[in-house]
Amino acid sequence: MSSTFDQIANIIAETCDIPRDTITPESHAIDDLGIDSLDFLDIAFAIDKAFGIKMPLEKWTQEVNDGKATTEQYFVLKNLAARIDELVAAKNASPGA
Amino acid sequence: MQLDYFILIDRIIDLNLEAKTITVEAQVPPTHTIFEGHFPGFPIMPGVLLTEAMAQSCGWLLLGVMKFERMPFLAMVKEAKMRGFVSPGQLLTIEAKIEHEGSGFAVTSAKARVGKELKCSAEITFRLIPFPDPAFRVHMDAVANKIGFPLQAMPHD
Repeated sequence: MSSTFDQIANIIAETCDIPRDTITPESHAIDDLGIDSLDFLDIAFAIDKAFGIKMPLEKWTQEVNDGKATTEQYFVLKNLAARIDELVAAKNASPGA
Repeated sequence: MQLDYFILIDRIIDLNLEAKTITVEAQVPPTHTIFEGHFPGFPIMPGVLLTEAMAQSCGWLLLGVMKFERMPFLAMVKEAKMRGFVSPGQLLTIEAKIEHEGSGFAVTSAKARVGKELKCSAEITFRLIPFPDPAFRVHMDAVANKIGFPLQAMPHD
């Protein structure tokens, strides 16, 4: 079973036509890979579907805009993978799961 | 259809907020200057207008589901397929559904038919943004009333 990072990287490579081997856990989705907000919607849709979650993009964006978080916390791919793992764990721990 | 005002949906036939589906009707006008150029001697509805009609159908569905708290803005059209010609005077029936509700965006799909014949389909993504101007919201309420948006699905302030 592939890691969360591998799944995200594959989604990004396919969605944005970025060579897979240029995407690393240290890559910043915006600053390094040049992913814009529209492409990120596409990526978010694919990630939501693949992991059965709803990434709280608006909350994350608000936190960055308010200075409560940095873009690195959410958009460096190893960190994004960690956030997704947390969301999946929270979903599995919920009573309805 | 009021092509000059870009209001392409005439009436809502069914809105199911539980299933997150909508069915609307859109009457293609029998005459319009658009058909003089598209095309001389062979008037057909432009594919971009059919795509817009599908997008407006999905938009009304999203407005209903979100209780008019946000406005859906067109962000992405995928797999837009024009499967057959649509002629002046024909009645389009458009069915749409929500495929995914994300954070600040939604993915929908739509199919438009004339009679039983499927004419076009698409997957359409919207950004969901708070109404940028109160007058805009008032305008949308007025259009909603005009096209028969179900009263029970309208927000009550």
